[in-house]
Amino acid sequence: MLTVKSIHTYYGNIHALKGVSLHVGNGELVTLIGANGAGKSTLVNTICGLIQPRKGVIEFQGKPIQSLPPESIVPKGIALVPEGRQIFATLTVEANLQMGGYIHRHKREQIQEDLHRMLERFPILNERRQQLAGTLSGGEQQMLAISRALMSRPQLLVLDEPSMGLAPLITKEIFKIIQELREEGRTILLIEQNARAALNIADRGYVLETGKVVLQGEGTMLLQHQEVQRAYLGKGAKQIVDA
Amino acid sequence: MLATDLLQYTVSGLTLGVIFALVAIGFNIIYNVTEIINFAQGEFVVVGGLLAVFFVGLGFPIPMAFGASVLVTAALGFGMERFVIRRARNASILSLIIITIAMSMIFKGSAMSLWGKDPYVLPPFSEGGPIMVAGAAIQPQALWVLAVSALVVIALSIFFHRSVYGKAMLACADNANAARMVGIPVRQMVLLSFVLSASVGAAAGVIITPISLMQYDRGAMLGLKGFAAAALGGLGNFYGALAAGAILGLAESFTAGYISSGYKDAVSLVLLLFALFFKPEGLFGSSEAAKLKKF
Ligand SMILES: Nc1ncnc2c1ncn2[C@@H]1O[C@H](COP(=O)(O)OP(=O)(O)OP(=O)(O)O)[C@@H](O)[C@H]1O
Ligand SMILES: [Mg+2]
Repeated sequence: MLTVKSIHTYYGNIHALKGVSLHVGNGELVTLIGANGAGKSTLVNTICGLIQPRKGVIEFQGKPIQSLPPESIVPKGIALVPEGRQIFATLTVEANLQMGGYIHRHKREQIQEDLHRMLERFPILNERRQQLAGTLSGGEQQMLAISRALMSRPQLLVLDEPSMGLAPLITKEIFKIIQELREEGRTILLIEQNARAALNIADRGYVLETGKVVLQGEGTMLLQHQEVQRAYLGKGAKQIVDA
Repeated sequence: MLATDLLQYTVSGLTLGVIFALVAIGFNIIYNVTEIINFAQGEFVVVGGLLAVFFVGLGFPIPMAFGASVLVTAALGFGMERFVIRRARNASILSLIIITIAMSMIFKGSAMSLWGKDPYVLPPFSEGGPIMVAGAAIQPQALWVLAVSALVVIALSIFFHRSVYGKAMLACADNANAARMVGIPVRQMVLLSFVLSASVGAAAGVIITPISLMQYDRGAMLGLKGFAAAALGGLGNFYGALAAGAILGLAESFTAGYISSGYKDAVSLVLLLFALFFKPEGLFGSSEAAKLKKF
């Protein structure tokens, strides 16, 4: 569905992505893990069209999209749940959802229908429907950000660190939602620092370090991998020696 | 006698106030979407008024002249965004604001070469002499100003709170990156904001010209007072602009009536300075939101 081929992205002189390649197949849940500053968000923003890569190709359903702006990429079927949620704080919860369906604005019934489905799925959002989104708690905002992205009926859902800044219990809840989405047959690219939780639910994973993919493989395989355990799962060097 | 004066000054103050408010709303529309303060806003009012004079001169009835003037001014707003602001879109907000000052000079210069330096007047929208209320003479045009302004404000609030495009503009104002990520074409929303605010400015110009005439160089003062109303009401806040416009209009009219008309322009500016010193987020703005903004 999505194929990224040796992408190079720069911020001025800073070489943030140094030839990253990955692919996400139909119905797959793929995760990308990496430390702070590894370039995860840069990759996501490049895929979604917020930043243009200097070199490389991004294909979505066989067509190159690397030079398109986001407003052309969203209608092709990619939706982003951005890092830090980025909900419209000064708009109501309902208006946030309606904006999520902006590309379908001429199909009123579909928007209404999807809106009801989202509010049914997240009853807390239904209760807060007319409240300004900025007044929601962090977890509620994340649910709003996810449902807003779903309103565009994407074929590929990209989530950038959905567990960032959330309490462990809420994080669990968010991962449960992601797993449910996946069971509904959605294709998902999940960016995470919470490597264990992400690899546990993912089919495949990639490890990004300073702008390069250093490891890739099946979720469970990566979970067992020594390097991953040492760097991302907080297991000490001693255990590696033991093993 | 006292009550009569009071009523008279109140009506003329409110008439003036809603004009300031409309200019302020014009500032707010563009500011909300772009963070740009468009210093050519006062010129939209002038051009609107002068164009209406031109169309009436061609023999258009008032409503048609009104519509035509708003359309042409909207086209100017369109051109200003499309061919000037958009080309400089990578410049800093401050540079863009300076560009709007340059645009205001271009508009003013063009107005002078087209219409000369004389003031122009429009016939009032309806015939008949002043309406006497408790001894005060109220111009029917003052009622037109209030009614049209009320309509503009109602139409705008329906647009921003009910229509998809209105909400999309608010979404851009709230978080431009997130707006792009749901597929809202932010550039088009910016364009729309210039078109809308030019239209609102033109409407203000057309309704006020029968009362206070229109001249090529009136834009600066109108812009300044409109900006004072916008700042006093809290930049970006529509209802704040309305209330602050009314306060400024009344203050100006009472000063002119009870003290001296020589001080009337100073009042708005003094109130603006007070606001900037003591309550920079405006009377109705939230200080939390103000902290996040650049201007
Ligand atoms: N707008 C920018 N301008 C300049 N450099 C940037 C910009 N955004 C990111 N960078 C740099 O690019 C690199 C990758 O940043 P990125 O935000 O993609 O990391 P990340 O993996 O998402 O990190 P985190 O886990 O903290 O979100 C970092 O070194 C960062 O400093
Ligand atoms: Mg990031």
